[in-house]
Parts: sequence; C-alpha cells; structure tokens
Amino acid sequence: MDWDWQYTWDEVLPALLDGLVVTLEVTVLAFPLALVLGLVLTMLRRSRRWYVRHPVRWVIEFIRSTPPLVQLFFVFYAVPLLIGLRLSALVTGVVVLGIHYAAYLSEVYRAGIDAVPRGQWEAATALNIARAHTWRSIVLPQAIPPVIPALGNYWISLFKDTPTLLAIGLLEILTQAQRLGASDFKYVEAITMAGLMFLVLAYGSSLLVRYLERRYGTVERVV
Amino acid sequence: MAQSNASSDDARPDARYIVEFRKVSKSFGETQVCRQLDLQVEPAEKLAIIGPSGSGKTTILRVLMTLEDIQSGYVIVDGEHLWHMERRGKLVPANEKHLRSMRTKLGMVFQHFNLFPHMTALRNITEAPMSVLGLDRAEAEERARELLDMVGLTDKADEHPSRLSGGQQQRVAIARALAMRPKVMLFDEVTAALDPELVGEVLNVLRKLAEQTDMTMIIVTHEMGFAREVADRVLFFFDGQIHEEGTPEKIFTEPERERTKAFLQAVLQH
Repeated sequence: MDWDWQYTWDEVLPALLDGLVVTLEVTVLAFPLALVLGLVLTMLRRSRRWYVRHPVRWVIEFIRSTPPLVQLFFVFYAVPLLIGLRLSALVTGVVVLGIHYAAYLSEVYRAGIDAVPRGQWEAATALNIARAHTWRSIVLPQAIPPVIPALGNYWISLFKDTPTLLAIGLLEILTQAQRLGASDFKYVEAITMAGLMFLVLAYGSSLLVRYLERRYGTVERVV
Repeated sequence: MAQSNASSDDARPDARYIVEFRKVSKSFGETQVCRQLDLQVEPAEKLAIIGPSGSGKTTILRVLMTLEDIQSGYVIVDGEHLWHMERRGKLVPANEKHLRSMRTKLGMVFQHFNLFPHMTALRNITEAPMSVLGLDRAEAEERARELLDMVGLTDKADEHPSRLSGGQQQRVAIARALAMRPKVMLFDEVTAALDPELVGEVLNVLRKLAEQTDMTMIIVTHEMGFAREVADRVLFFFDGQIHEEGTPEKIFTEPERERTKAFLQAVLQH
C-alpha cells in the first residue's frame, strides 16, 4: 500500500490537531483535579474519626475496582436519568478521569506519607505545631518529592487513557482518527499518525517528569 | 482514663512542684511500663533519670510531652492537670485544645534529633515560634540566631540538617526546643545516637543550660558522669517504678539497693 502524504498533511494532521486540543484539555484539567482530590482523600483516610475514615476507604476501593469506561457511561448516560444532571462530554471526561485517577494518586500519596518518619510528627507535636500546619509545612514537603516519579507516571497514564472518551463521543485524537478512517478508508495514515502523536507527547511528558524529579525529587530542595 | 472529683486529694495540684505524677500507670499491651508511679519535680530542679533499657524512663518523658497517654492516675504540670481537664467540678479526659495549651509549658529533645530535613537550621528553629507563638519572621530569626549562638552554631544557620554532624544536629534540636521558651525541658537520651567524639559538644550545651538558666530539666541519660555532675537529684528507674532516688553523691557512691548497685557496676565498667 502507498502512504498518502498529501492526505496525511491536508486531512489527517488538522483533524488530529483538533483532537489534540481536546485531549490536552481533558488531561490538563483532569490531572490537577486528581492531584488535589487524591491528596484530600489521603488525608481523610487518615482522619482520627472512623466515620470519615471508613467511607473514604470504601469509596477509593469502589473507584479503583470499576473500569473508567463503566464510570464514564454511568456519569454520561445514567446520572442524567437518575438525578437529571446532564454534563457535557468534555466535563464528564474531566470529572470521571479526575476522580478515577484521584483514587490511584491517593495510594501514591499514602506511600509517601507513610515514609515520613514518626519522629517528624512527634517533633511537630512537641513544638505544639497545629495539625494542619504539620501537614502543610512538615509532612507533605517530605512526602511528595519522593513520589514525583509515580505521580508523573499517572499523568502519562491519564493522558493515554483519554481515548476511552471515544465512548461518549468526545472528539479527542483517536476519535478523530477513527472518524477519518471510517469516512475515507485511510485507516493506516490516520491511526498511525494518532499513535505517533501519543508517542511524542508521552515521551515529552516522561522527559518533563525526569526533569521534575531531578529538580524537586530530593526533600532538601523543597524549602 | 476515668472521671473523678476535681477536689479529691489524689487530684489536687501541689504548688511546691512543677511536675507531679500521681499513681500513674501505663502499659503497652501486656507490658506495664509505669506502675502506680509517684514522682515530684521542683521548679528549676535538674533531675536525671537513669536505668536499664526498657525500664520505662523514656515513657515518663513521652507521657509528659503528650506523645503517650496514660491508663490511670494524674499528671500535673505547673499547677494544671495534663491528661485531664476540669468540667463542672469533675476531672474528665483532656481534649486536644487542653493538650495544646499544656504543651506550651514543655519542650523535648529527642534521641534521634527529629530535625525537619527540608528546612535549614534557622528555619527549623523559627518554624514553631512563627506558626504557634505568632512571632513575625524578624523576631523569630533574632531569637533563633541568639540560640544558635548559644549552642555554638552561628555559622550553620543556613545549612540543612544533612550537612551537619550528629552533634551539630542535636544542638540545633536543643535550640529549636528552647525557642518555644518552655518551663520544663525534657531530654531523651540526647547523646545515645551520637558517635563518642560528638557527645561532649552536646553535653557542654546541656551543662551551660543547667548552670545558666532556672529552667526545670528532666534528663533521661546513660551518661553517668554527666548525670552526677549536673543533676540535683538522680532517680534510678527499674521495672516501671522508681527503685531508688537521691542526690548524685548518694546514688553513685552509696546506692542502697542491690539492683541499683548491679546496674551502676555494669555501666561504670565500660
């Protein structure tokens, strides 16, 4: 088969760039949501109150045990019927992937927090430092730098999960490629270029993560 | 901890003492580390606690610093109950607010320093005065630099703990605790994690503190020479109880009880 460069240049790339904008929108909005919500879940899971701790643990297990595709379908198709709340495909994608990854990131944070020696909490108590300030100034600055590589891996993983949004008709990179392939029967050009686009962006992200790890990966450099 | 009548004799603070343990019991599972412990410490007293490992010495300090709670009895610090608070004439278990107000009276230096590794020496010392006492940065740094000067580390203000020796880290930890200006300072085997050649510099700081301040100091230590030189009173702790106590002279030269003699013989041989 001959590779159609003209078609690739005129049709595939513009469409994929449109899809890229959507993919990046979802990733860039969902990941910070996952970062913040994951941290909140981690802290709630360590609450002294059992009626906070237990439900949060259960919710995290529930989210981690169901596929994101099922969660997407549920929020996009079932929630409007159940409570009348209809979200756009983009918002659904951001919310579902954000919450889904928050459950995973909470495990990453947990590992980082567990690695902070107990003596650090005790020193903070002996100095009478309030619990919220202990979290903010003493525990998290030590817990987060070592888990930057793991957080970065989830950023790349979330980015690579955006094609699942095809299921709710969001025009991200793979949906665009599939649409072109179906209309012009030039699947090879469309899907290959989509794959290359993911490869370039994922590799670029992993370089960024490595840089962040070098720059902030040691506890001493944080403050 | 049970409720009790605040005015009962067992619970009423005695103004002569800054720290009191009244029939305090504490156990970890099956192991009882304090058995009906009674202990009084006078203001400005320098009390050394010695005894074999696992005898419960450190637990006394951890209970005072509110790092471990108690199962029964009363602990009184500076005329107020530590683990209880008064509500409608009854003593009830203390809440976090009460514990926080009591912690302002106490400071603790740990065996393993527990400095915050992501902060410089200066920031380690200013963090609590700024966030807890509400000092502004300039005031807190001035206080911190005075303390660094006192512990002989003026030039290490901007170093992170990882760039300091063990002895230097421990001196920063002492300065950090002093920055909160506690009435009672607790020292938990502060030289036990140090290389032998670094022990002296830390003990010198403690000596200076003992000589120049009227702060109450409770020192758990294995440094017998230091205890003998600095303490007003030495307490030999064994099996969750005070086995023997007295002046350093009495404990180190004429101990009465066999267990004390055996312990001192064993440690002084090394």
